[in-house]
Amino acid sequence: MKSASFDYVRPDTLDAVCSCLASHPDARIIAGGQSLVPMLAMRLARPSLVVDIAHIDELSAIRDDDDALVIGAMVRQATALSDPLVATHLPLLAKALTHVGHPSTRARGTVGGSLVHADPSAEIPLVAVTLGASLRIRDANEDFEFNAEEFFIGPMLTMIPPTACLFEICFRKPTSANVGTGFHEIAARRSDYALAAAAAHIEADDAGIVQDLRLAIGGISDFPQRLPVDVNIDLSAGKTNLGSNLTTAIDAALDSIDVVEDMHASASYRRRVAAELARRAVDDALSEIAQDLS
Amino acid sequence: MNITIDINGKNVSAAIEPRVTLLDFVRDVAGLKGTHAGCEHGVCGACTILLDGEAVRSCLILAAQAEGSQITTIEAVDGTARQPGELSVIQDAFCEAHGLQCGYCTPGMVLAAKTLLQHNPTPSREQVREAISGNMCRCTGYVQIIDAIMLAAERLQGRNQPANGA
Repeated sequence: MKSASFDYVRPDTLDAVCSCLASHPDARIIAGGQSLVPMLAMRLARPSLVVDIAHIDELSAIRDDDDALVIGAMVRQATALSDPLVATHLPLLAKALTHVGHPSTRARGTVGGSLVHADPSAEIPLVAVTLGASLRIRDANEDFEFNAEEFFIGPMLTMIPPTACLFEICFRKPTSANVGTGFHEIAARRSDYALAAAAAHIEADDAGIVQDLRLAIGGISDFPQRLPVDVNIDLSAGKTNLGSNLTTAIDAALDSIDVVEDMHASASYRRRVAAELARRAVDDALSEIAQDLS
Repeated sequence: MNITIDINGKNVSAAIEPRVTLLDFVRDVAGLKGTHAGCEHGVCGACTILLDGEAVRSCLILAAQAEGSQITTIEAVDGTARQPGELSVIQDAFCEAHGLQCGYCTPGMVLAAKTLLQHNPTPSREQVREAISGNMCRCTGYVQIIDAIMLAAERLQGRNQPANGA
């Protein structure tokens, strides 16, 4: 398990990273390396040049931008998990991060690295899709952004051009004070790749009427996807059991998703489990709001 | 490329290829064989070391990435120079609770435990399970390893000291 040979550079500006990528068409960026180094070891990746972005200071910051929280691409997963701003404004991300790898991989793995690696079962892409995060990218001295929902296009495939570098991720803060979140996944072993995962972020007004219900699933298809569920939910009389409307809406939304099948789980299993995890995620989120309101 | 890494408080320099992992640097350049090579692609946890005090997998880090960081291996697990055979509290707890059989996973387990106990001196068994979830052991069935870490936690707090300090 030894990598093929490659050259290594450690630029200290984002523009220098872009020019390295432009001059070496098969270069790869290394952030935490928790996905790339195994791919190098198994020789699934054989770049001629590895570009280390760990020494670009601005990529490691978490910034409070009034109505948004902006997380640098190089912020370690363990740092994000223990960050008070993330805990306050992005409770869904905080919940999901506890499922990402193990403590020893979270200490090195980065938020941005997980997004551009785009493993279909990864938690951070699922959260980005659920919350509609903006992924900010630099390519040849030009900045642009993708909404997470249009960023992922296949297993390990994203819209990012080979010469570009993700530098920060912008998460809109909740606009309501009543926020509930839920995150559930199932895997063969603790912290292994999720066979199915579901994330829910729900905001309600002070009267207990749900204004924004965001639900998404991961692990069951080529990339994480939103499940559109258009159901009126009123928590003013306290939380009741999930209505059959909601259950039907989740099942209907899942019907339109092309579910993958492999040696680990059948498509039918993944679909059934995803439906149940989605219900639990929504249930957790509504319970949190009901508790806040009471 | 020329690399210098602080390993157990000593600067180790060498000219290496960029593809050399921190694991191979520690074992083959620094000559510290207590860090074990297992799967070499980030699955088993045998190669766990401390990087700036946090448990990480040395096979998933290029040596070049570790320049400027402080590395601690099992040979200096509690930071003090010890004679061969002299054990730290966590290592001793592993012996006492039968937390090892073949010993291949043990350096990784001990360092994962050390990171956990630094952050959380009084973990629950569930938290211990989470902390070692990335470390595979094919002998013990894990129960005695959890026992060992719970015992180490208790000892590190001095709770098994006689009340009068005698």
